[in-house]
Amino acid sequence: MKTISLNLMVWRQNGPDEKGFFKTYLAENIDTDASFLEMLDVVNEDLIKKGNEPIAFAHDCREGICGTCGAVVNGEAHGPRDKVTLCQLHMRSFADGDTIILEPFRARALPIIKDLVVDRSALDRIIQAGGYISVRTGSAPDANSIPIAKKDADQAFDAAQCIGCAACVAACPNASAMLMMSAKVSHLSSLPQGKPESKKRVLSMVKQMVKEGFGGCSNEYQCEVACPKGISVKYIAQLNKDYLFSALGSE
Amino acid sequence: MSANKSLNSNIPEGELSDKWTQHKFNMKLVNPANKRKYKVIVVGTGLAGASASATLSELGYQVHTFCFHDTPRRAHSIAAQGGINAAKNYQNDGDSVYRLFYDTIKGGDFRAREANVHRLAEISVNIIDQCVAQGVPFAREYGGLLDNRSFGGAQVSRTFYAKGQTGQQLLLGAYSALMKQVNSGGVTMYTEHEMMDVVIVDGKARGIVTRNLKTGEITSHFADAVLLCSGGYGNVFYLSTNAMGSNVTAAWKAHKRGAYFANPCYTQIHPTCIPVHGEYQSKLTLMSESLRNDGRVWVPKKVGDDRHPNDIPEDERDYYLERKYPSFGNLVPRDLASRNAKYVCDEGRGVGPTKLAVYLDFRDSIERLGKDAIEARYGNLFDMYHSITDSNPYEEPMMIYPAVHYTMGGLWVDYNLMSNVEGLFVLGEANFSDHGANRLGASALMQGLADGYFVISYTLGNYLANVDLEPVTVEHESFLTAEKDVMERIKTLLAVRGTKTVDEFHRELGLLMWDKCGMSRNEEGLKEAIKRIPEIRKRFWKDVIVTGSNNEFNQTLEKALRVADFLEFAETMCRDALERKESCGGHFREDSQTPEGEALRDDESYTNVFAWEFKGIDNIPELHIEELEFENVQPSVRSYK
Repeated sequence: MKTISLNLMVWRQNGPDEKGFFKTYLAENIDTDASFLEMLDVVNEDLIKKGNEPIAFAHDCREGICGTCGAVVNGEAHGPRDKVTLCQLHMRSFADGDTIILEPFRARALPIIKDLVVDRSALDRIIQAGGYISVRTGSAPDANSIPIAKKDADQAFDAAQCIGCAACVAACPNASAMLMMSAKVSHLSSLPQGKPESKKRVLSMVKQMVKEGFGGCSNEYQCEVACPKGISVKYIAQLNKDYLFSALGSE
Repeated sequence: MSANKSLNSNIPEGELSDKWTQHKFNMKLVNPANKRKYKVIVVGTGLAGASASATLSELGYQVHTFCFHDTPRRAHSIAAQGGINAAKNYQNDGDSVYRLFYDTIKGGDFRAREANVHRLAEISVNIIDQCVAQGVPFAREYGGLLDNRSFGGAQVSRTFYAKGQTGQQLLLGAYSALMKQVNSGGVTMYTEHEMMDVVIVDGKARGIVTRNLKTGEITSHFADAVLLCSGGYGNVFYLSTNAMGSNVTAAWKAHKRGAYFANPCYTQIHPTCIPVHGEYQSKLTLMSESLRNDGRVWVPKKVGDDRHPNDIPEDERDYYLERKYPSFGNLVPRDLASRNAKYVCDEGRGVGPTKLAVYLDFRDSIERLGKDAIEARYGNLFDMYHSITDSNPYEEPMMIYPAVHYTMGGLWVDYNLMSNVEGLFVLGEANFSDHGANRLGASALMQGLADGYFVISYTLGNYLANVDLEPVTVEHESFLTAEKDVMERIKTLLAVRGTKTVDEFHRELGLLMWDKCGMSRNEEGLKEAIKRIPEIRKRFWKDVIVTGSNNEFNQTLEKALRVADFLEFAETMCRDALERKESCGGHFREDSQTPEGEALRDDESYTNVFAWEFKGIDNIPELHIEELEFENVQPSVRSYK
């Protein structure tokens, strides 16, 4: 077992309207096989034992699929490794004595709840604006009645892998939610079932995104780098095209 | 049927295959104009909760849905990898509703209700239709039709899948349906709200009390019916494949208000998980059991053989599954694979730093099929393993060990998914109904969605159409009492200010449960656990540290409240395991085995369901028995020799 010790500089903020600040902690004797969140667990156990407030961070499945966890580690959403969530980042990615700066995902549309925990309900509201196919339970035809070319199905799957973690928003200089939104639009519009609503969908989702206070896309591509599922910016290009056609074609 | 009146399973009369059809016709309907007058509360937004919320809202009911996550899309259904079964017979390989029914009954070791399981198999085909229409991107063949695979040793290919992320895609489908209904105003969504109690008025479930996790606010919500879709209780073992937040609280609170807890000892232990590597470890990661198709399981023959696995020659390896079960070999069912891993580790032949692991070796398959073929089959799993353990499974064997994965037990429900408390329905993993003593692979997703999309939509209507409900408000005494109880519990916890953290207690409980009520159980161990759990519980209430206050976002308090419930629930689980003196499915009693060491069922005494009634925290719960009747399938002995 190899262990390392680290200096953590962690953003502490008691509530959405409180003033935040960096506080330094020493994380000692951390097993390099531990995950990043397990390292935080160790630090928190120590804080609690001393009667101090532990660092609040969001997490749940700890296997990289639920999308709950996420923080900015040394300036990078979900940390230095490609295509992993924070819970799948292991401490062997760091060296003994490293300093780690830990901040929440920052965006006006994602207000801080506490420390590293942010409110991502704005993303739900974007989905509510049209990120679905309007099919009532019980009204579906036989699943094989509409063949779908394998390449379309594969593309839909690729786009559908978004876990809604908001790393794309945190990484974007404009705090745009375009990657997450375009992935949903592309997922649904690459399938025949999603076509009838595709115009309405793209218009109302974009409208909601703007309303929530997310910025626009200026082709920085930072979102793709930060995305733990490797979702491509090509979906944003697709979204822009769909949006233009839908806007021109609408009444 | 049971002699006990309160345990009437309400299975409809008639032929097995006609029961559900006939029942759907016999049930009363609620007039469309009246549906909007009924308010329904749904707790949980996994497959069962999200699908039920969306469906009931489409029908016109006022639905109020609660989850403790920051968005409904986070529920742990999202982590299911393998797939979802359905009796579509698209492969023309001999599948049918009856075969899926039969396999599920047999897989459950003849401890599930025939009528429920048949209904599940019937509905399975509609689920796939529904999901495809929602845009769930299932795997497809080049001709554009849906692909299937064989899963969990099934002899037919009936599993639909979306790479290794089937649960994610199905949950996002149900979530999108739920979001559609939130947008239409039909569902009022409460995220970051934990259910703290169920409120019973005149013997009927009429609402819940919640804690707002962001502000600590305690609020009552009234309704005409309450649906619990709150998942399983695997985290009673501390380490499991469940998400960190998965808990027994909602089900346990309902139990304390009168709902019976059925077969809590039925736990599924998955054989292929990444082993524990240190005390700081917070959860266990599952590796799909499809790996056993090409991996060979072994340990060294000698105790204390510390050589690198690649240096251990062939004749000093013990491929124990192939040796003991020559016809099934490495593909024996989950319970057998798990138990045998434990046996070899108990003998001191376990491997790795903790000696609690066995090898899963792909050397021979790579030699036979080539690295590319293995990469095509398992590439993503190998990468995941490599990333977590820093060991390359193409070059040295994987290390695996069993871990708690799913709980077949849950709140007792009748055929209509209603608990013994009127108006309290329980769906998905939270109920006990369809998997008996052991769940087959790719059946959990099927059951969650069957309950939510296609069962509750009928049975809830029938309940509401028949029941006479007095109007209530949250000013009713029962709500006020429940709120007071909740606040009292929180205040007491915060006032302890002891010396040990919540996790320390949880870990202690988990180790005890794993040791005494895990893969292998005996009378003496269970009795010891029943003695020790109350001791841990008492120490918890005297010595736990919960920092902060109630009126804020307080993750330590959330966790403490959940662990407090696990500390009560665990005792009932052990009592159930003690009382069931046979071995069946995931429940292996050492005192009930064949001379060859295989599980020995006792159909004479235990073809039944144990349903426990709460009698106070330090009192022994009362046992009610529902007899199971097998009219269509003859219970037989599972043999894999």
